[in-house]
Amino acid sequence: MGKIVAVTGNEAVANALRQVNPDVCAAYPITPQTDMMQRFSSFVADGKVDTEIILVESEHSALSSCVGASAAGGRVITATSSQGLALMWEILFIAAGMRLPIVMPVVNRALSAPLNIHGDHSDSMGARDSGWVQLYSENGQEAYDNTIQAFRIAEHMDIRLPVMVCMDGFIISHSIERIEYLDDDQVKSFVGEYRQLYPLLDVEHPVSYGPLILPDLYMEYKRAQHEVMTKVSKVVLDVAEEFEKISGRRYGLFESYRLDDADIALVILNSAAGTAKDAVDEFRNRGIKAGLLKPRLFRPFPYKEVAEALKNAKVICVMDRADSFGGFGPLYMEIASAFMMNGSRPVLINKIYGLGGRDFLPEHAETVLGELVDILKTGNVRNYKEYIAVRE
Amino acid sequence: MKGWKELTPGAVVTEPGSSEQFKTGSWRAFRPVWLPENCIQCLFCWMYCPDMAIKVKDGKREEFDYDFCKGCGICAMECPGKKGNKAIIMVEEGK
Amino acid sequence: MATLTLKELSKKEILFNHGHRMCSGCGTPIIIKQLLLASDYPVVVANATGCLEVASCISFYTAWKVPWIHNAFENAAATASGVETMYRALKKKGKIDKEIKFVAIGGDGGTYDIGFQSLSGAMERGHDLLYVCYDNGAYMNTGIQRSSATPIGADTTTSPAGEVIPGKLQPRKNLTRIMAAHGIPYVAQTTPAHWRDAITKFKKAFEIKGPKFINVLSPCNRGWRSKTDDAILLSRLAVDTCYWPLYEIENGVTKINYEPKEKKPVEEFLRPQGRFKHMFAPGKEWLLKLFQEEVDREWERLKKEAS
Repeated sequence: MGKIVAVTGNEAVANALRQVNPDVCAAYPITPQTDMMQRFSSFVADGKVDTEIILVESEHSALSSCVGASAAGGRVITATSSQGLALMWEILFIAAGMRLPIVMPVVNRALSAPLNIHGDHSDSMGARDSGWVQLYSENGQEAYDNTIQAFRIAEHMDIRLPVMVCMDGFIISHSIERIEYLDDDQVKSFVGEYRQLYPLLDVEHPVSYGPLILPDLYMEYKRAQHEVMTKVSKVVLDVAEEFEKISGRRYGLFESYRLDDADIALVILNSAAGTAKDAVDEFRNRGIKAGLLKPRLFRPFPYKEVAEALKNAKVICVMDRADSFGGFGPLYMEIASAFMMNGSRPVLINKIYGLGGRDFLPEHAETVLGELVDILKTGNVRNYKEYIAVRE
Repeated sequence: MKGWKELTPGAVVTEPGSSEQFKTGSWRAFRPVWLPENCIQCLFCWMYCPDMAIKVKDGKREEFDYDFCKGCGICAMECPGKKGNKAIIMVEEGK
Repeated sequence: MATLTLKELSKKEILFNHGHRMCSGCGTPIIIKQLLLASDYPVVVANATGCLEVASCISFYTAWKVPWIHNAFENAAATASGVETMYRALKKKGKIDKEIKFVAIGGDGGTYDIGFQSLSGAMERGHDLLYVCYDNGAYMNTGIQRSSATPIGADTTTSPAGEVIPGKLQPRKNLTRIMAAHGIPYVAQTTPAHWRDAITKFKKAFEIKGPKFINVLSPCNRGWRSKTDDAILLSRLAVDTCYWPLYEIENGVTKINYEPKEKKPVEEFLRPQGRFKHMFAPGKEWLLKLFQEEVDREWERLKKEAS
């Protein structure tokens, strides 16, 4: 049994980063991530880590210097939210294209305009095409555990891709929860020694990163990148299996909650899943077969496994804490695609909730489940996409 | 042309200086000709050549490297020559 | 410092190879050759997107015989900061024992404009890093568009000499002075024509610990509409007309390295370049005058600081 503490999500992730003790960290403040890098900076100042910290002048430079440091040949981290992630957008693709295993906690926050500092998933959802591996965390414990596992996933010699560990801004980053820490030694031996492919600092073997590629070769490079992405799921599961041995906590590609015989189901990410699980229990107590699926690995999306898990549900609501204006919510579009592959045709509706830190309460979850029950009975869908808990 | 399976991860180029496989000499419209009798071995041409197209050995210039010379003419322009006679002149390529 | 001779330098391996695809007669490869010849240490280069980057590393061909990284357009300094920091981190842990030098290279577009923030941040943080700007006075790689380094009056595709507006009307940004104002240990200007000056400055920079900035004039016969053989000639004229003075600012102390015995009128520098052709048309004398005034003003200010 590890050390039990009562800490915020930011503090827990900062501690995980301290235990990993990366070589270089680039830090730039942005609410609600700031506290994480502040704590990490204290670790640096107090000599609790050997990390060299670069206090950059923007998030764009944060990720740019991470790319340089990672290519140079060592373990590299940074952290951001919202506008910061948006600012580093072009470099996200570069980091993935160059196959650099940078690990970055993202404290999910809404995107401007209007300016909002509270939690929703529009930032990391906006980055889903970038080639980064994306892990989502329901609570502080998951954020801590995912951060540690992220290094093993990123640095796996078959993978070597950057990894984003997402958690809800304020709701998780700033709330104190009961967290169980691993020992420093356990984390150190779990992440192991860093190995580099083509380090820039190996001056005996000069390499060139970032060539110009013309139409005759670009697509082959992207095909190769796609191939690597197909290997990530297996590595995520392998790493989770190893992690279970040292922590006793079991992780998969997603969490299935009371889903086996469920007639109606919710698909929901991050902290709101915790709230929704209570509503599912409430409905089960009333004799209604409700269930829930909470994705953990969002990129690459485990379509086959998710469709398999949801195969018995007849009416499903996918809840998105981000919107793709002019389309459906990002999570909805993934779930819909999953069913295309296995031929199931449940009724699939989309609700947009919790934008800009709007609370997601048990009664909201219950209302949605109630609507699913109605659809199950009558077969009538009022609306395929709807914003909930919005004042008219 | 290489298939996707043969490519280096991240498009990293692992062979330093491999640009020499691309012969830029084909770009020339004019070619420099070295007249050693007028050459004072000042090595200005070597220093000012943008394409490292002047072979040197033991501190002395030798022939042009016509595989890479783009015919810019900087060497001819900068050559001090001997007694007003340049050691490099530009002639039209192909003549 | 031992006397530099071309003979001795010619015995060194040039770590920037031919087969690169810079234009015939471009000033930049000459600068890179001089930069790499100047170093007695292994060097790692971070290069911003632009002419040099795009022409020196394409698909499987790289001209670089040193470790090199191209990240994006505006972040050469940030990328180099990351490499330099990783070096310090690994050296501290005993994983590296060599002395390695770090250089970030960008054109004027990627340095004066889009790369300015990243450059300023890197210089302010005090990384042991040399930034070399090859200033050809416009966004040349994309086809000659105006940058803040473009000289006043110049014709570029986004500041064309048109019927109503005769070219770029804003004065040039003096980035060298802005970098000196950052209080970094060493700032200098040079040209590839003045090879001894350039190599001495590069060597000096490699020996100084901390952030350094060297701005190098890079004639571009495409964008300047000059001839393929006059890069060196134009660099000399730039210096002799005091348009591009050779100077250094070391720990805040300005030193002019070369004062022309006879300061030539700026027209001698402008005439061989097609991008200034319209300034010699009747009715455009005011533009020439503006150019000369700017050059004189900057030169006088420099002389005052150096005294």
